Amino acid sequence: MSLQSAWRKLKFHRKNRSLSLDVILALVLGSFGLFSVWPLVYIASSAFKPLNEIFLFPPRLFVMRPTLNNFRDLSLVMNTAWIPVSRYVFNTVLITALGTAGSVFIGSMAAFPLAKFKFPGSAVMSGVIVYSLMFSSSVTAIPNYLIMSKLRLIDTYWAVILPAAGSTLGVFLMRNFMTQIPDSLIDSAKIDGAGDMTVFMRIAMPISKPAWITLVILSFQSLWGTTGGTFLYTEKLKPVSYALTQIVSAGVARTGVAAAVSLIMLAVPVGVFIFAQSNVIETMANSGIKG
Amino acid sequence: MKAAWRAHKAKYLMIAPFGIIFLAFTVLPVLLSAGISLTSFNMLEMPKFTGFRNYVNLFANDSIFLIAIKNTLFFAVVTGPVSYIMCFVFAWLINGFSPKIRAFMTLVFYAPSISGNAYLIWKLIFSSDARGYANSLLSSLGLSNGAILWFETKAYVMPILILVQLWLSLGVSFLSFIAGLQTVDKTLYESGAIDGVKNRWQELWHITLPSMKPQLLFGAVMQITSSFSVSTISTELAGFPSVEYAGHTILTHLQDYGVTRMEMGYASAIAVTLFFMMVITNLAVQKALRKVGE
Repeated sequence: MSLQSAWRKLKFHRKNRSLSLDVILALVLGSFGLFSVWPLVYIASSAFKPLNEIFLFPPRLFVMRPTLNNFRDLSLVMNTAWIPVSRYVFNTVLITALGTAGSVFIGSMAAFPLAKFKFPGSAVMSGVIVYSLMFSSSVTAIPNYLIMSKLRLIDTYWAVILPAAGSTLGVFLMRNFMTQIPDSLIDSAKIDGAGDMTVFMRIAMPISKPAWITLVILSFQSLWGTTGGTFLYTEKLKPVSYALTQIVSAGVARTGVAAAVSLIMLAVPVGVFIFAQSNVIETMANSGIKG
Repeated sequence: MKAAWRAHKAKYLMIAPFGIIFLAFTVLPVLLSAGISLTSFNMLEMPKFTGFRNYVNLFANDSIFLIAIKNTLFFAVVTGPVSYIMCFVFAWLINGFSPKIRAFMTLVFYAPSISGNAYLIWKLIFSSDARGYANSLLSSLGLSNGAILWFETKAYVMPILILVQLWLSLGVSFLSFIAGLQTVDKTLYESGAIDGVKNRWQELWHITLPSMKPQLLFGAVMQITSSFSVSTISTELAGFPSVEYAGHTILTHLQDYGVTRMEMGYASAIAVTLFFMMVITNLAVQKALRKVGE
């Protein structure tokens, strides 16, 4: 769809609005958008800057003489790595895939009964989930580490995957969205003999697609950037983001490589974001039943 | 107990996988921290029980903590509501576009949240020399002579931090509002038009907002936690300690004691205090949000 036809559609949706208000809104959206997107453009253009432009002060937004040198240098550095880069990439992909799939499935599965049914303990659980989001993670980090080590999870993928798969934010998000599922849909499925799990898979998940796609974006984004922190020690288990920070931390001579690294690390979540976000589409319109 | 289990077995089993992870890695650490807040604990020796001494010290003897509370409240009162409204308004404005264009526009506004520590560009903008963008703009407009020392001047620190936080604020709530707008039942608009909804503003208040209550409640919790938990942008931009504690917040105070001084008991007491501040705010906000659309 062209921008023009989208604009026409947009105007169509807005009844009783003056042209001047449209202009003001476009200006607000446009100027705020420019401010927001600036760092993204800056990261993208810096990756193609030759060193003398990277060190230019004050820095320029756009590259003047684009070059692929930074990427070439990066591949040279990576080839000298002690552990093949493909191993780090494998670790990140594994952690991100399992963690994201886990948070969507485990989180939604827990959220559905909490959202749609009243049973002993449901109100307390919902309350604890919301309020646990308000406790500062800076102080829970140490008890958390102790628990991990008691469970012998330190230095395994699970130390990163499990907390992500049981993301409290994910359950809270899914629970709130799922309260909107019309009771009539659930009731009619139950009359047909469907159990709670079947209703969840066949009705709740398809209707909540915009919600769990949002959760995919959030989970992917946080796991993709993880360095394993204090939980992963063995070099073979570390994610690519850790390897790249090591490459970059070698000093000022790696500034160009660092710019290339930033772009590569950003490109994947941005791609996932655009793909997922364009799948956030109406789901209730097709359900045909009002809540 | 037994009757509840028999009647709702499937539901409990569906919650169980999350429940186990949640208890082990969220609830238990929080309870342990709350317990530690009643002790003196330096992470080398065993914690010593001291009752409420940490809390007494916090409120009676720690004048810097009172500055931190004042700053945090001011920061939250400004950025909380403004960022919340911004998230909704921007989501609402770009909702009319087709999915592909909407996805692109969403990325544009979400960009500060996805590009890692992109807020560091504000260091360049408010750099204290004449080459900093803000300073060079002001001097080229003839509005200032000589460079302003942005982060070294008490009066500027808080406004700049608020500006940066607002720039960063189109995050999780924004995405949930975008998704929430897609789940509004479109037939409600048609029946609304028959019932006498005249313009877009009435439509917003009587149909869209009430249909999005779950997302509005979710967004409120997110904006409350983020507006009360400011610390990284303060320490990265204004430094630690900031000039005359102008950028000192409850969370920077907590990190000072928890990470630098290793006084975990005291740090935990700060976390508990911050927790209750957020809980109280949340109760008030949730109560207000119930009135939406009435």
